[in-house]
Amino acid sequence: MSERDQTEPRPVFNESGLEIKPVYTAQDIEQTGGSDGIGNPGEFPFTRGIHNLMYRKRPWTMRQYAGFGTPEETNERFRYLIANGQTGLNVAFDLPTQVGLNSDDVLAQGEVGRVGMAVDTIEDFEIAFDGIDLDKITVSLTINGAAAILIAMYFAMAEKRGYDVRKLRGTAQNDILKEFIGRGTWIFPVEPSIKLVGDTILYCAEHAPLYSPVSVCGYHIRESGANPVQEMAYAFCIAKAYIDHVLQRGLKIDDFASRLSFNFDIHGNLFEQVAKFRAGRRLWARILKEQYHTQNPRSTWLRMIAGGGGGGLTIEQPENNIVRGAYYALISALSGTQTMALCSFDEAYTIPSEKAARISLRTMQVLIEEMGLCDTVDPLAGSYYVETLTNQMEEKIRAAMDEVDAQGGIVQAVAEGHIQSAVSKQAFENLRKLERGEVRKVGVNCYQMKEEDPQVEFHPFDEGICAEQVKCLDRVRSQRDNARAESVLQTVLADAKAGRNVMPAVIEAVKAYATVGEITSCLVEVFGRYDEPVRF
Amino acid sequence: MNSGKKTRILVAKPGLDGHDVGAKIVVRALMEAGFDVIYTGLRKSPEQIVRTACDEDVSVLGLSVLSGSHMPICRRIKDLLHEHGLSDILWLVGGNVPQKDHDELKSLGVDAVFAVGTPTQVMVDFIRERVS
Repeated sequence: MSERDQTEPRPVFNESGLEIKPVYTAQDIEQTGGSDGIGNPGEFPFTRGIHNLMYRKRPWTMRQYAGFGTPEETNERFRYLIANGQTGLNVAFDLPTQVGLNSDDVLAQGEVGRVGMAVDTIEDFEIAFDGIDLDKITVSLTINGAAAILIAMYFAMAEKRGYDVRKLRGTAQNDILKEFIGRGTWIFPVEPSIKLVGDTILYCAEHAPLYSPVSVCGYHIRESGANPVQEMAYAFCIAKAYIDHVLQRGLKIDDFASRLSFNFDIHGNLFEQVAKFRAGRRLWARILKEQYHTQNPRSTWLRMIAGGGGGGLTIEQPENNIVRGAYYALISALSGTQTMALCSFDEAYTIPSEKAARISLRTMQVLIEEMGLCDTVDPLAGSYYVETLTNQMEEKIRAAMDEVDAQGGIVQAVAEGHIQSAVSKQAFENLRKLERGEVRKVGVNCYQMKEEDPQVEFHPFDEGICAEQVKCLDRVRSQRDNARAESVLQTVLADAKAGRNVMPAVIEAVKAYATVGEITSCLVEVFGRYDEPVRF
Repeated sequence: MNSGKKTRILVAKPGLDGHDVGAKIVVRALMEAGFDVIYTGLRKSPEQIVRTACDEDVSVLGLSVLSGSHMPICRRIKDLLHEHGLSDILWLVGGNVPQKDHDELKSLGVDAVFAVGTPTQVMVDFIRERVS
């Protein structure tokens, strides 16, 4: 034996706190819960994937996040991405739209069209989706606080174009609880916000049964500082909060559970992420079966978008982010995702350039066309390491969920700011570990270089966008039937006051060209505004 | 730092940007370094921020912006600081601020721009050096 073999290797822990052994054997799988939970793809508990043939039948949907400026500019980027082989759209809205303000609101100054496309009325949706076949390209709306309004707009626009809303597919992010933890585009207080999510789920269950009204996001919770176990645990607690709310309002679990979807984050250790997804898929299936007694197998599916996260990318040596993105895409494919998105390499600086967005898309296409990632389902299954880690991650996620429940549940913990405080504390500790060199990041605390100005093409921002958008808004307001708009807004107000589902009235309102800001104001009048608890 | 009044710092999130990971990290780092730190929470207007800076009698104002709207926000804040007689406040801006905007921000009166990735110790040292 050489001297090197005799030295005890230093202990290694993954981000979720599990100690990683230098060598794994079959015994490790047995000692962590056995191999009974592995099963087959397409069969309960779906560790290996929700479909039996997965990518062999159809590759994952490629859905880059896109949108900026006016609806016209966004439409142009959408067409560019589709022409380059993208198979789904993921719409970015500007901040005024996300928090329910019109483009001419004083608080919207300087923000119109900046981080996403500006939307004031249904006309903006008609322009943004012009020429895009909504049967072929599924659309995901990254909207939360104002989700009820934007979903209504999407349905009304589709119907106007002759699509049958009952057959319409697509997703809205519409996960307000995570907005209170990270991302921050809340509008109303916690309880009425959940009620609005409930309204959209109930409405879709009856009128748009193929639409996914909610995509529960672990993604932003992880981006805010949570580790992979917390990411899954908090997302599942949040999903359960929506389920419980909707059950209380009279729906049966199998009326809607199959339409819930998830959005998770990828950065960090490859094996830990793959195990996280496999464990999460199994645990979610078990939760639905054990706690909610679903009869429909589809209700137990963890359908997800798993995207390469901005949190893993660095402002230093930005080209390295292309490499990171490729590994994140590989992790996503090895994890059995339904949909993939990648933060582009320039995203630490700017809205992705056309070239950067195309590189992200090509990264996924290389995996599909050249690397054999679609040939066989769940290729890491049976690995001593991955199966052991999957068992351990499942146990840890379950324990983290129990901890939240023991503290009074996720809704209370979020309303009081406890989760926010815990996550931000962890983000701080993560930074300290990076500063101390306990966590290594290439280009950041090792292999640094003195850098010239970054070779990044900055997204041009035209200050004139706001004026252009406000002009459109003024024109729509002057051309619409104001009496009708006023009357439908009164119905929104009355329905909100009476505690009725606001979706039918909101749909009528957007059809009458009521604006995002007007509808939001009606809801604020009844629900009030969220007052952010600041805790350290 | 051991004697007399602690330096008071206001960390603020102007505009509609919801990215508060960085702002909260900075708040913790400044608190750990012994400063008296007030954090506004999200979505504060320039008016609210400057009023708070005035009411709380802070000597340092730190803004965190990642949405790209730092220029219009800082132009407005400059005027408000002037109106409130706070032009001599130590004014810092952090976040996603491209190099090309640094000069204009400095000309508005911003004392330092701390781009994403700036070590928190650099901020602590800068504040200690400038506020004495």
